[in-house]
Amino acid sequence: MELKKINEYTWEIPKHGDMKVPAIVYASEALLQSIRRDLTLPQAKNVACLRGIQRKAYVMPDAHQGYGFPIGGVAAFDMDEGVISPGGVGYDINCGVRLLRTDFMEKDVLEKRKLLLEGIFREVPAGVGKGGTTRLSRRVLEEVCTKGAEWAVNNGYGTRDDLLKTEENGRMKEADPSFLSKRAVERGIPQLGTLGAGNHFLEIQKVSEIYDKEVAGVFGIHSLGQIMIMIHCGSRGFGHQVASDYIRNMENKFGIRGLPDRELINAPIRSNLGTQYYKSMSAAVNFAFANRQMIAHWVRDVFSKIMGSSKGMDQVYDVCHNVAKFEQHDIEGKMKEVCIHRKGATRSFGPGRKEIPEAYRAVGQPVLIPGSMGTASYILVGTSEAERISFGSTAHGAGRVMSRHEALRRFRGEAIKQELEQKGIELRSTSWKGVAEEAPQAYKDVDEVVRISHKAGIGRLVAKVVPMGVMKG
Amino acid sequence: MKKYRFFQHTADAKFQAYGQTLEEAFQHAALAVASLMWNWKRIDQKTEVPVQVDGRDLKQLLVNFLEEILYLLDTRSFLLSQVENIAIRRKNSLYILQAIFKGDEYSSDYEISGDVKAITYNEMVIRENAPCMVQVVADI
Repeated sequence: MELKKINEYTWEIPKHGDMKVPAIVYASEALLQSIRRDLTLPQAKNVACLRGIQRKAYVMPDAHQGYGFPIGGVAAFDMDEGVISPGGVGYDINCGVRLLRTDFMEKDVLEKRKLLLEGIFREVPAGVGKGGTTRLSRRVLEEVCTKGAEWAVNNGYGTRDDLLKTEENGRMKEADPSFLSKRAVERGIPQLGTLGAGNHFLEIQKVSEIYDKEVAGVFGIHSLGQIMIMIHCGSRGFGHQVASDYIRNMENKFGIRGLPDRELINAPIRSNLGTQYYKSMSAAVNFAFANRQMIAHWVRDVFSKIMGSSKGMDQVYDVCHNVAKFEQHDIEGKMKEVCIHRKGATRSFGPGRKEIPEAYRAVGQPVLIPGSMGTASYILVGTSEAERISFGSTAHGAGRVMSRHEALRRFRGEAIKQELEQKGIELRSTSWKGVAEEAPQAYKDVDEVVRISHKAGIGRLVAKVVPMGVMKG
Repeated sequence: MKKYRFFQHTADAKFQAYGQTLEEAFQHAALAVASLMWNWKRIDQKTEVPVQVDGRDLKQLLVNFLEEILYLLDTRSFLLSQVENIAIRRKNSLYILQAIFKGDEYSSDYEISGDVKAITYNEMVIRENAPCMVQVVADI
């Protein structure tokens, strides 16, 4: 596909064929090479052909091929003329990242990190096919869907302050469980309060670099060696079922004729089906917020028991990186409401936006970018530039470069654990095979991804964290 | 004939499953999905679950059929070992598939890993004439 170079970090797929708008790719030459290897760019082109798309379709630095939309795809649609697409959100609705700060330092936990990891491994259910310790009734599940993280806090998991420091305050108000299928409810009931498997993880980390002292300070990050906790997971089988259900419902209603890719299936935003999907997706978003809220609570419990206290273990922030939302953006010089899709992309609002917690409003929103198992993760801050050039969005993580199958052929879980131990990283997992599949070498270089985000101006570097203990599903 | 084969695909799991009949290709596709999370050869065949799904076309039928594995895993901790008595028929404008899943409930004796989030339509191919083949990308 032909790309026009705009500057060192920005490329354009010019409007051609059925495209309603051009598409913009934020990448370095190096990242572009891997982006070009799969169907990312043709998929971005397909997105640019959808009805009611505003400004441009955007592709983030960590993009790779998805289904329908590319992973790392951002697009916004006119509320009246435009569409909403389950394939523009992804199957793992509100897959996201939560970060807790602590007052502990590396030296405090060095001796105890094995114990801490063991404790967390015992408290937080993980692994494929394994349910949680909290068995819900249908009625309670509906309450979780309606209230999100607020439900968890009301039931003793965490604090009100956590809610203030969560995207959407941990609750999308449009959520309505009455449009969920029976199967979605059945899959949700056993899975609340579980980490899951695959690329999801929980890490005890230490701050290894601070790039912006002032902003880091506002986020509660003060010193090198300071201990942080990162939780990366989503809405589990519940969200997957909601996505599958609405792809099927939309296909049955509108047919698939003329779609270049079946997962591009969509519905007008304000149509019955569009509304039902948005309300059901919001329920899955809330489920995932509650899920991370519960897991964070258990981690604090373990620290309390082993370190004697969980004081100072405040939430820095919690971000979604698979979501659709109604947001205000500048369209041709006027602020107007649009339906934005972020699939494998993180909101990155700059200073002043009312959606940002008051404590952060002067500097911008914390953006949390997890690396792969055992590699660095990053804390960035949102920018006004991002609002101008990417609908306030940036990257979401490392992104795979190697299939799981290939990783299994090349790596052994035991060897990877040893490798990590030599770097001072403890690892606990439910499966060796899972460890091999998630080998750090199977992922893109997250350092390069955040560097491009910073250079392109869509998310500025604040701090880098590296793991001391990793728990995998 | 090989039952199924995986291909290089950056983020997800892409495979082809083969069979003399479409039913056999569907059956082998189910085993390929199971193989992403556990070794189906090592799962005891203690439980039988009758399965019935439909689809407006064969692709939707295949997605719905394979999704059944994920649904049974999440709701009953059911691990698939084999698919038996699989039959596909047409009724009016719908395709209907019936089969028996044999397998066992999860216990810590079984090693399972990875996560299949969903069965996608991405790069899906169905060859209906013998030798039959289905190509699937699973979101993992």
